[in-house]
Amino acid sequence: MTELLERGPDRAPLPARPAEPGRGRLLRFLRRRPGLVISVLVIVVVLVSAVFPQLFAPGDPNLAVTAERSLPPGPGHWFGTDYLGRDVWTRVVHGTALSLQATLIAVAVALVVGGLIGLLAGFVGRWVDEGLMRLVDVLLAIPPILLALALIAALGFGTTNVAIAVGVASVAQFARVMRAETLRVRGTVYVEAARAVGTRWWVTLGRHVLPNAAGPVLVLAVLEFGLAILAVSSLSFLGYGAPPPAPEWGSLVAEGRNYLATAWWMCAMPGLTIAATVLAVNRVSKALDGEWGRDR
Amino acid sequence: MSGPYLLRRLAAAVGVLWAAYTVSFAVLYLLADPVATLVARASDGTTLTTAELDALRVQYGLDQPVPVQYLDRLWAALQGDLGTSFVNGQPVTSAIGEALPPTLQIASAGLVLAVVLGAGVALTATYARSRWLAQALMGLPSLAVSLPVFWVGLMLVQLFSFQLGWLPAVGARGPEALILPAITLALPTGALIAQVLVKSMGQALAEPYVTTARAKGVGPLAVHLRHALGNAAIPALTVLGYVTGNLLAGTVVVETVFTRPGLGRITVSAVADQDIPLVQGVVLLAAFVFVVVNLVVDLLYPLLDPRVSQAVPA
Repeated sequence: MTELLERGPDRAPLPARPAEPGRGRLLRFLRRRPGLVISVLVIVVVLVSAVFPQLFAPGDPNLAVTAERSLPPGPGHWFGTDYLGRDVWTRVVHGTALSLQATLIAVAVALVVGGLIGLLAGFVGRWVDEGLMRLVDVLLAIPPILLALALIAALGFGTTNVAIAVGVASVAQFARVMRAETLRVRGTVYVEAARAVGTRWWVTLGRHVLPNAAGPVLVLAVLEFGLAILAVSSLSFLGYGAPPPAPEWGSLVAEGRNYLATAWWMCAMPGLTIAATVLAVNRVSKALDGEWGRDR
Repeated sequence: MSGPYLLRRLAAAVGVLWAAYTVSFAVLYLLADPVATLVARASDGTTLTTAELDALRVQYGLDQPVPVQYLDRLWAALQGDLGTSFVNGQPVTSAIGEALPPTLQIASAGLVLAVVLGAGVALTATYARSRWLAQALMGLPSLAVSLPVFWVGLMLVQLFSFQLGWLPAVGARGPEALILPAITLALPTGALIAQVLVKSMGQALAEPYVTTARAKGVGPLAVHLRHALGNAAIPALTVLGYVTGNLLAGTVVVETVFTRPGLGRITVSAVADQDIPLVQGVVLLAAFVFVVVNLVVDLLYPLLDPRVSQAVPA
């Protein structure tokens, strides 16, 4: 909430609200934005199932019960069972860890590499800025999924490589946002003051520029989280991710593809899970954009 | 059109292409080991002798030092030779040329559909009197970009091919086989167009000329279509390069889902086989399309919007 107080006069004025106890405000917030609340709940469920899959699906994701092959969704099997008699819900829940891990790596790569490039370009300026931004322009000229495919062709298959490829493919966007923010912060009075009192450049960078320029790039990271889930699952759907027995959201859809005519739930349910997660993440990132992001 | 401006834009476009070539070379030839790929391909399980290995290296020019390879390949690429496939020895340009027509078919069908859908949703949303309908329509694009493309394709197949039996599930025979892939491809692109257009329509509708038109007694629909849309469409044009690149990249997934031949399919198998020259060819083609579309948009911009002066490029 402190971010709200820091809004300067150039920002949109906040609606005047009488001070009220924390609980009342929370309740009203929950009532007014049900979509946001559901989104946060979905994200919490996804995060918990990545760490403790047993909590939601106590069974073994690879246990095949031959008598229960290709059962449609119903009591006992929320998401149905697949062609070997494995419970789709259990496989989706246990696949969360791998999908989420790949997504986190992708976002981390994009955030750290892109952020550093942008910070460096914006803070140092001159030819460093010129050179780095030309590189960013080139990366923007290649569609992210093709760039990721080229990286996979070079690095080889596997969930980690897919994640790195997706991350590198979105470095350019992060670099641009970070550079723009760094340029803005570099021109402020407090940075000038820091320089005037003789603060060393790395202290200025770490203490003054980075914390004040990080907001929009962090919002972008949340948005990128949704995009990365989609990209990672697309690439694992194409077969570049984890090898077959391991459950993973994209490859679960790919597995179900051969049984699409007779058992739609094998495809539909993992896909719905991806869609719900991405929708939830995008909703939250939109809310954050309103609070932390700069009006663009 | 002033000469120096044109020259400067052309030089910038060539610069981006050269840099794209360099980046893809660095990723594909330095990060990966092309020789390992070749060996895996040529040996068929048997071990190759040193002489055979050397012969392979020489055949594909991999025996040279890296800077020499880079310059050689760049020089060849400038003359339209992108090397030969590691897998079947076919020239990359002819492999891409053969795969292009079916891809262009679904990409252009997808583009038309995306523009129609995107513009339709955006215009209805900004025109709608009822707040509820407008909100619902404006929510559609963010829903469409959240759905995994491959999953949407599969669900369409399940519904329209298997349940209803209206359209073929796979293949590229006949125009009706084009419908489902085009819809799948158009959804995320159309969503992007809708988002951009909603924003620029909002800006255009707040302009003084709209107030003037309304004051003269022009009906709301005419204001919307004749006065606002023309001006709102111009900023939307700037995303065309991005949109085309997205469509091209989208065919990778869509052609796999619908088992259609084309550029996307050869890309998928080239990545799987680590067929480095072919992957580079596809990446370069995408960059080329992006650069050319952006160049054309930039050059057309002043013609469409006289307020934009070329002397001061934005």
